[in-house]
Amino acid sequence: MIIAERKPVNEIMEMVKDAKRILVLGCRGCVSICSAGGEREVEILASLIRLGKQKAGQEVQVTSATLVRQCDREYIDSIDQWDGQYDAIVSMACGVGVNFIANLRPMDKVYPGVNTTSFGGSAEQGVWSEQCAGCGNCILHQTGGLCPVARCAKSLMNGPCGGSVNGRCEIHQNVPCIWQSIHEKLVRFDSKDQLAAIAPIRDWSSAGHGGPRKTVRDDLTV
Amino acid sequence: MSFTPNIQAYCCHYTSQQTLAEGPEGLKIDGFPANITINRLVCTGKLEVSTMLKAFEDGADGVYVAGCPLDKCHNLMGSQRAAKRVTAIKKALAELGVEPERIEMYHLPRGFHPEFVQAGQEMNERITALGASPFKGDAK
Ligand code: SF4
Ligand code: SF4
Repeated sequence: MIIAERKPVNEIMEMVKDAKRILVLGCRGCVSICSAGGEREVEILASLIRLGKQKAGQEVQVTSATLVRQCDREYIDSIDQWDGQYDAIVSMACGVGVNFIANLRPMDKVYPGVNTTSFGGSAEQGVWSEQCAGCGNCILHQTGGLCPVARCAKSLMNGPCGGSVNGRCEIHQNVPCIWQSIHEKLVRFDSKDQLAAIAPIRDWSSAGHGGPRKTVRDDLTV
Repeated sequence: MSFTPNIQAYCCHYTSQQTLAEGPEGLKIDGFPANITINRLVCTGKLEVSTMLKAFEDGADGVYVAGCPLDKCHNLMGSQRAAKRVTAIKKALAELGVEPERIEMYHLPRGFHPEFVQAGQEMNERITALGASPFKGDAK
């Protein structure tokens, strides 16, 4: 899922300092699952915004709502129901949601309520870690299912580098060296020959270095 | 000018047994401040962040939670969860430029103990010294 966390409240208060009617808009997708921007977090932020405005001695009317998703046109269109009832939207969806509102509702002021951090997963409650960087040309079949793009600090294709010590990355001892794990995994599966193959210089255009990416599925566009 | 703070206390069933047994009159005799409103819960683990924020919205000058000792919660981790939520609110209050000490977590023994009264007195002194909640600014 996409991982996010709420921005500091003072940062959000600065964004909405001139707004008198604010729509705090959550998303039931990824950000609900990672407890950053679902219904519960919308209630909390709405309350904090009201408190911040009370402290500033300003009147405010805060509407709280949560859409099924903010990354599909049909749900963004449903914002019509609050037409005329807000001066600003604080979206608690990931950056995709904020962009979608900005794209599809050009007359609306929309602000991010969360920092979108990564594509990751949660192996223990309250902890999320990055697993994939959405590079557009997946090589996990060569690396034992472990991603060197997202999980190697240098995104090396022929790792590890010389800095790996006792299975730990040189940037910090808390960070496992994913290339060490890749080696161990491939040895376990008797595929260590794969490690001898030198990965060629990679074309990163699919990873965004060739400009914004777009996926078009002809079989679905009617 | 004397200031009597509005303090909302959220107490679990076990830490607030004393209130039930003694009633408001008995508590007063023990020295529990009359301006503290006790909100009883089955477990502090059930207490939502939004409920505590709402208390500030509704005019509380201070809020505190009284749950079981950290390692002896009747519901295992209820008071640990409550403590984490209180910490999250302290952080948000600080971000809003408000004293984080306006909210506190107490881990108290269950049953009849003077600590319950002491916690109330401590909070009352602290909030009285801090003065009225900055959230009570007059709306322009
Ligand atoms: S808007 Fe973002 S958080 Fe919401 S479902 Fe879509 S991708 Fe996930
Ligand atoms: S190789 Fe690319 S697509 Fe595959 S997991 Fe890593 S970043 Fe994601």
